[in-house]
Amino acid sequence: MIPQNFDYAAPSTIEEALELLADPEAKALAGGMSLIPLMKLRLAAPGRLVDLRRIAGLREIRQDDGALRIGALVTHSEIESSPLVRSRCPLLAETASHIGDLQVRNAGTIGGSIAHNDPAADYPAALFALEAKVKVAGKGTERTLPLEELVVDAMVTALEPGELITEVIVPVEAASTGTSYQKMRQPASGFAIVGVAARLEKSNGRIGSVRVGVTGLGPSGFRARRVEELLDGTAGSDGEIREAAAVVAEGVEANADLHASADYRRHLAQVFTVRAIRAALARAS
Amino acid sequence: MATTVTKTEPIVGKGVRRKEDPRLITGTATYVDDIEMPGMRYAAILRSPHAAAKILRIETSAAAAHPGVVAVFTGDDTRDVGPVPCAASLPGLRAPEHKVLATDRVYYVGHPVAVVVAADRYVAQDALDLIEVEYEPQPAVADPEKALEPGAPAVHPEWPDNRAFTYQHEGGDAAKAFAEADVVVKQRIVSQRLIPTAMETRGVVAAWDAGMRTLTLHSSTQIPHLMRSLVAAMVGMPENRLRVVTPEVGGGFGSKLNVYAEEALLAWISMRIGKPVKWIESRRENYQATIHGRGHVDYYELAARKDGTILGLKAKIIQDCGAYHQLLTPAIPTLSLLMAPGIYRFRNVSAEIIGVFTNCVPTDAYRGAGRPEATHCIERMVDLLAAELKMDPAEIRLKNFPGPDEFPFETGTGLSYDSGDYAAPLKKAMEIAGYEGLREEQRRARNEGRFLGIGISTYGEICALGPSSALPAGGWESATVRVEPSGKVTVATGTSPHGQGEETSFAQIVADELGVDLDDVEVIHGDTGIVQYGIGTFGSRTLAVGGTAIHYACQDLKTKIKQWGAMLLESDDVRFEGGACVCNKTGKSVPLAEIAAAAYRALKLPPGAEPGLVATRFWEPSNFTFPFGAHIAVTEVDPETGQVEIKRYVAVDDCGRIINPLLVAGQIHGGVAQGLGQALYEEAVYDENGQLVTGELMDYAVPKATMVPHIESSHTETPSPVNPLGVKGVGEAGTIGCSPAVVNSVVDALSPLGVKHIDMPLTPEKLWRLIAKGGQA
Repeated sequence: MIPQNFDYAAPSTIEEALELLADPEAKALAGGMSLIPLMKLRLAAPGRLVDLRRIAGLREIRQDDGALRIGALVTHSEIESSPLVRSRCPLLAETASHIGDLQVRNAGTIGGSIAHNDPAADYPAALFALEAKVKVAGKGTERTLPLEELVVDAMVTALEPGELITEVIVPVEAASTGTSYQKMRQPASGFAIVGVAARLEKSNGRIGSVRVGVTGLGPSGFRARRVEELLDGTAGSDGEIREAAAVVAEGVEANADLHASADYRRHLAQVFTVRAIRAALARAS
Repeated sequence: MATTVTKTEPIVGKGVRRKEDPRLITGTATYVDDIEMPGMRYAAILRSPHAAAKILRIETSAAAAHPGVVAVFTGDDTRDVGPVPCAASLPGLRAPEHKVLATDRVYYVGHPVAVVVAADRYVAQDALDLIEVEYEPQPAVADPEKALEPGAPAVHPEWPDNRAFTYQHEGGDAAKAFAEADVVVKQRIVSQRLIPTAMETRGVVAAWDAGMRTLTLHSSTQIPHLMRSLVAAMVGMPENRLRVVTPEVGGGFGSKLNVYAEEALLAWISMRIGKPVKWIESRRENYQATIHGRGHVDYYELAARKDGTILGLKAKIIQDCGAYHQLLTPAIPTLSLLMAPGIYRFRNVSAEIIGVFTNCVPTDAYRGAGRPEATHCIERMVDLLAAELKMDPAEIRLKNFPGPDEFPFETGTGLSYDSGDYAAPLKKAMEIAGYEGLREEQRRARNEGRFLGIGISTYGEICALGPSSALPAGGWESATVRVEPSGKVTVATGTSPHGQGEETSFAQIVADELGVDLDDVEVIHGDTGIVQYGIGTFGSRTLAVGGTAIHYACQDLKTKIKQWGAMLLESDDVRFEGGACVCNKTGKSVPLAEIAAAAYRALKLPPGAEPGLVATRFWEPSNFTFPFGAHIAVTEVDPETGQVEIKRYVAVDDCGRIINPLLVAGQIHGGVAQGLGQALYEEAVYDENGQLVTGELMDYAVPKATMVPHIESSHTETPSPVNPLGVKGVGEAGTIGCSPAVVNSVVDALSPLGVKHIDMPLTPEKLWRLIAKGGQA
């Protein structure tokens, strides 16, 4: 539980940070909730930590052009408690409230979580359902890409060496949109064994604009498009919801570990898809 | 001379706040890792990554040459240190030689192989990575039942059957009981391996004083004096030159009721390098190398008449010992055997214990130590019997309790239960829970297809360990009570509280006895340099044995105080009351502070008296105490996910007379939380190669605050006749009562599916599979 030797830098601008991160030995530090434990176990040994927490611009949440722009260094508890997120994008605030424990939520950041891409992280379920985009800065470059393009595999993203996530962009929800995040917690870590986020509209007795995001089940979070298609346009009866949820794990190579077998995870994905859709439906108006 | 009486209202029985808390909650307490000394060095230990391997070669030169490294030692250097002691003895016990560092073989993942001493912890850890060890891996076995199979890998090549010991007990006539029975129920029951997970890991600071030729050993332990004796022997130094200091201890739960390789190793290193040296265990080391608890596979059979009268018990207890015997490893399952009949009247018991070596870290005492296993088994068996006979689980228990007039009650395992009214807590728990109403609610829930369960456990314990004849190192306890010249009181106890709160409960006892304020009593413990020899804190003994020694020291002191009071009052008829000596004839009084001043100034002495006001007592108990109680858990199982919700938790515990209800509540809450951990969440998992899969807190699920339900805690108070305080002990009650209540409740919930038994932990997936398969395991 003692890390190897490392240098430490705490730049105050993104430009400085990117300059420092050009060194292949350097690693960005945000909340440190994943990186520091890996270093303490000596499973990671970066030569230099570039602490991003003094970069003021990365800690803001603002509304802009029908979207919420959330700085990469915004903590889970800030998202959970932000009046702006709670009113404009309640699914993200609800999801943040389920992460880890209070200490983790006070330190962990949304950008760090996305960049780490732990298959059991909570955010991906919501972010896929929200069709979130991620703004990425490199040395002299800047690009915005959908989460689906960023996420590659367990613990692997499309971030180039030296690139940083600077912002997460999620839509401002219509008041009529119903959303919910439902998960089973891994009892030791608090991570999601399976977590499902649902987002939908209801008009004239029909469900529309369904988005379902899933985490914990496979190597990365994903959008369950088949579920969305099956549910779209239905009245949202219990049978219709169950029928749609039944396909959530189709084609996914389910994770298996000490806490849940692949079979059980596939089963839970269906159960929590049903629960998330039901809860979202009850909140849609 | 004053005539006012200063203190009259007793403080024993009041829930006064803990005297020790301000320093603990403001971060001003001193734990081992807070100790810094000039010139201190830091040790890091290289541990085996293999469960079983031969060591072919260890190359330490690169580590030794690393800047900042002071020394590197291997098993070749420490051959003369140790062995790590096992104090328990059983006939035919096979005890492998347990060296402080491995020499030619390693026997479990985490086995210490080498130690680096360096200028700081970071350098020491870096240098560990530079040590090369060439291992030749050997077949390993981690499952105790597999270890007993013919042809299993031999943990210790000299004992190919892996049997560490067998132990048998016959009480009454079990064969006859089974022959006469109308019904026999049988069950295999697992009490899984658990990791004690004290919040503070172990830690040692050893400091050799070359001038004085003395060694001071700071260690996070429950037994400072026993550690002094044992470590002195391990490093070959006179006991009176070794001082063990126990600073604040952040939890032990039995895992620090031990003497480990590291204590002797650090002592030896400090003498060798002539500098103080510190070692602080990491959490991963704590999981791999500090003892685990439980590790039972038990086969039980219960014989009964068809009216529910239990006639007898047969039990085969398989104890996973791990690779070595730590201090009490073989003794723990003997407590299970003693407790096997629970609190029921039958006396026909046939029981066998088989201790098994596995390539795992040793098991030893963990909160309850042998008694939770026994209680879990008998309470499951009684429920199985009730189900077989279609009787209510409360009714069958009430039918089989000995009555309050049958005490002392001699058991079929040779114990003498001191006092009890076993029906009282059960009836009280049923009343609090609204038992009849709950059964009605259960019927309605079942009609709706819901799995609602009601589980009862009625437990007994063996506490206040114990008479010296029953313990390997003495079961008495010591106390010195000293009235200082100013009238303030210092108490030195041989026990070693580490979170239980006896600085407060002991002060309450002394405050009442000597008529002083609680704040005027200082309780010191855990330093062999300033406290007379003692045994320590474990087995719910501290108050019942240590508190009693204090009580008797106070009586001796009061005799002395009255001698001095009589002299000062010039009376031959005085009493001591409310902190003052009072002349029964004139009503004149002299307060304790004046008496103390006179006793130390000693201008004039009472006839036959010595100066000073000090009394020391070593108290030997005549028996254990036997707390008891009833817990009721109401659970509901989610049929879709298998998750268990604890809807109600009622605990009625009888720990004898209550000195401080706040401390008792704390013990019950913490105990229930750990019992719940075993029932629902915790399991130390080794894979078939002996790798510890649950190697850290990310995978080993101790219950968090949000996972522990509201506990409706209540009490009955049946005083123990074993000690004058009437106390029985409460440190382990919650843990012992909890796991069977929860498991009985969940089995009850799923009983419409035909479920009769489920082994712990009751994970959601396990229950989901049961439900999905219609109750078939």
